[in-house]
Amino acid sequence: MTTRIGVITFPGSLDDRDAQRAIRIAGAEPVALWHGSHDLEGVDALILPGGFSYGDYLRAGAIAALAPIMSEVKDAAARGVPVLGICNGFQMLVEAHLLPGGLIRNAHQQFIRRDQRLRVENADTAWTSEFEVGQEIVIPLKNADGGYIADADTLARIEGENLVAFRYAGINPNGSLDDIAGLANERGNVVGLMPHPEHAVEPGFGPATPAAMRSGVDGLGFFTSAIAAVVAQAA
Amino acid sequence: MPTIVVDVMPKAELLDPQGKAVAGALSRLGVDTFASVRIGKRFELQVDGEVDDATLAQVRQIADDILSNAVIEDVVGIEVVE
Repeated sequence: MTTRIGVITFPGSLDDRDAQRAIRIAGAEPVALWHGSHDLEGVDALILPGGFSYGDYLRAGAIAALAPIMSEVKDAAARGVPVLGICNGFQMLVEAHLLPGGLIRNAHQQFIRRDQRLRVENADTAWTSEFEVGQEIVIPLKNADGGYIADADTLARIEGENLVAFRYAGINPNGSLDDIAGLANERGNVVGLMPHPEHAVEPGFGPATPAAMRSGVDGLGFFTSAIAAVVAQAA
Repeated sequence: MPTIVVDVMPKAELLDPQGKAVAGALSRLGVDTFASVRIGKRFELQVDGEVDDATLAQVRQIADDILSNAVIEDVVGIEVVE
């Protein structure tokens, strides 16, 4: 049975089609879902894609976090369905309180786009099991509101419970506390990160590597991890 | 028509990159009177009818749940103006 992974399109989503393509390349079936619906169409996993939903009005991801389909997303997350939030999707997950903390304007105030090195900190989640702790990967980063913040108690809990999934390696591009690039929930089924794994899944279209230009496919592991998690749950 | 004004500010202990950028611009212009600048948001909610306790309770609720994110911001004022 082919794993079906839903990608929710919000008004202002930009990377929904890229996420669908990444799912297909990883060997699963992408299912296009709509923010205004209450129907997850029985998908096995969910992706909240990047973009600027509702123009990032109010706060990045804040209005999307109140969209009709988000009540079903919250129920699915509580049932253990793998949920990945990429960039604007990560912002939605913190606004929906599915992940702790918040995201604010980059410390240098500017939009940034770069191929970003990340260190894998937690390989026990539904979206990171194909990686190893300490492994470094390179995937694109592109955002204006990527500064991760949380109060001291929350930060201590995040570090204590090993909820940091990825840290920025080399440089911290946006002032995120503890170099946090991505987080998981306690159960490990919900993961959010600012960089974009869906843009590094096919040779010729990814970041440069020492081997060749645009040959980086480090993002593929996110999607194959989720497929493995769904198959393991079904077994 | 009465209007309820809700003021939201970034938490004092957290970095406010926008305020910092304005403070930097002021200092470049030679304005050195101000120690810092912080930027917040003002919401104006027009009420269709009278403002009673129930309206105010509802405003307090949405100010906390929607207009602000308690992780990064504080609601610093809720005021009824005519």
